[in-house]
Amino acid sequence: MINAFLAQDGIYLLTVILLGLGLAGIIVCNNYMKKLICMNIMQVAVIFFFLCLGQKNGGTIPVAMDTIIHAADYINPLPHGLMLTAIVVSLGTTGVGLALLTRIWERFGTLEEDEIIQVKGEDEV
Amino acid sequence: MNNFPALIVVCPLCAALLNLVLNRINEKLGKAVIVLSVAASLIMSVFVLAQVITTGTIHYHMGNYDMPLGIEFVIDTVNGLIVVLVSLIGFLTLLFSDNFGYKFKTRLTKGAANTVLTLLIVGLLGMTLTGDVFNLYVFLEITSLSAYCLIALGGERGIFSAFRYLLVGTVAATFYLLGVAILYGVTGTLNMADMADILNEGGKDQAMLLAICFLVPAFGIKMALFPFHGWQPSAYSYSEAGAAPLITGVMGKIPAYAMFRYLYCIYGTDFKYFNSILVIVGVFSVFGMLYGSIRAIAQTDIRKILAYSSVAQIGYISLGFAIGTPIALCGAFLHMLGHAFMKGGLFFCTGAIRHKFGTVNIEDFGRIYKKMPLTCGTLTIAALSMVGIPPTVGFFSKWYLGSAAAMQGEWIYLAVLVISSLLNAIYFFRLIEKVFINEDKSLKERVYDEFKTCGWKLVLPVVVCFIAILGLGLANVKIIDILMLSLKGVGLC
Repeated sequence: MINAFLAQDGIYLLTVILLGLGLAGIIVCNNYMKKLICMNIMQVAVIFFFLCLGQKNGGTIPVAMDTIIHAADYINPLPHGLMLTAIVVSLGTTGVGLALLTRIWERFGTLEEDEIIQVKGEDEV
Repeated sequence: MNNFPALIVVCPLCAALLNLVLNRINEKLGKAVIVLSVAASLIMSVFVLAQVITTGTIHYHMGNYDMPLGIEFVIDTVNGLIVVLVSLIGFLTLLFSDNFGYKFKTRLTKGAANTVLTLLIVGLLGMTLTGDVFNLYVFLEITSLSAYCLIALGGERGIFSAFRYLLVGTVAATFYLLGVAILYGVTGTLNMADMADILNEGGKDQAMLLAICFLVPAFGIKMALFPFHGWQPSAYSYSEAGAAPLITGVMGKIPAYAMFRYLYCIYGTDFKYFNSILVIVGVFSVFGMLYGSIRAIAQTDIRKILAYSSVAQIGYISLGFAIGTPIALCGAFLHMLGHAFMKGGLFFCTGAIRHKFGTVNIEDFGRIYKKMPLTCGTLTIAALSMVGIPPTVGFFSKWYLGSAAAMQGEWIYLAVLVISSLLNAIYFFRLIEKVFINEDKSLKERVYDEFKTCGWKLVLPVVVCFIAILGLGLANVKIIDILMLSLKGVGLC
């Protein structure tokens, strides 16, 4: 039963749950490192969503073969190509985020949001 | 000539990367290559705009692929004008930022800062030109990543605001990608024009509604529309002083243009829930116009005043989209062009004052006009334009927006437009009062050791913004005519 559920729309439900988890984490967590991790979870959720679009029953890898002539028998490679780009982008974002966190750590000695605000003196949101 | 649309983006991109190498050989050489490349973009974009006006929309196919397959650059008169704007302000900002080099300890960081600033220009140009939804995402991320770096370069508070912006900005990018995924799932194409054709066949309203629910917040966050503006005031205020004019003046406008493309070029007025979406955008902009102006009144740091005023001004642009008639869209784009010069100009002035006297608190500005007459001239004309005094561009864009609202019978929009302008008057007249009337604070000029300021690079951007604000105002009919070439038939009738 669970197989049938996942084969239809269930997989989209799972990615939505993952997306919600990431978003909730960014809002709720107090630690900046955890916020960054939740941000990554969100990005991965969308990557999964895209990959689900490229999935097809009975399709084969998109390499032209003599025995298979119909385009419908191949898996659409475009979502995978797009997601390679998205993974690179997410790598870049995480890199910049970690660099910023290092600087915050050097300056404040902590990554907890409330402690930093105490040291810094919150001017406003 | 045929390859100009691609070269506009490619030239600065190559120069930005080349700069990292050239910077090791000679600092000046790297900067010169960057400035020349952006100047070349500016010249090419003017040529392309002239060509678009005479011969109509240009479709540039990357690598000559057939259309739904490859990546396409589409240039009509609207984004032709915006490209000229981006490259002009980018060029001025590059010159201006030379005077803030004293902040960087090593040659490497200085060179890297120039590279990042150029990459920001590349991202903005690409977002404007592209006709492909995923390509837009890539340029959006180039813009965002370089903006995070430039904001983080602005010192300790900058790092903090940059990290906050990074979190929120990535949520926006992820939402955008999700919206694209949903649209790609129902259409199977990434080309904007092709996608619009397939969506217009009808029967996909549910998926389209779901996608726009992700796309509006995504662009809302990027352009700092009212309920999504949380990251904006501190990020604009504490960004690196040399790059601030570009970040504050242009960075918020391009996502607004992208939102216009989604609403009017991809979805179109045939979309079943189109009017509801417009009402939601209208409500956001109305509250933004009031909230931003009220918060700006309470600030004393000039950068904070201007940042909050941006929340209100972005509201004017999205209000134009919410009214939705061609004349309202023209007003919105005129405001987009005008506001880029006003806000950019105000930040050029702020930067110049900060460079000379090291202060950003308006309480210290007493009779500063005696010491910096040109800067204060631009400050005044930009402030008047923000309030909407003729013959500046701010008056005309508000006039078009207001008359379009009245023609559609949207009296609430018209009332809020007037109230928001009056609130603008409160804090901008306070600024003018400090500059001209308050007693002299006899500020001390800042002394730089081993750093040579380059006077004309401070003055030129200020003067160009002064001319642009008045010029756009006086030539507003011409600009509207050019915009109308593309906007005729778009939107509600």
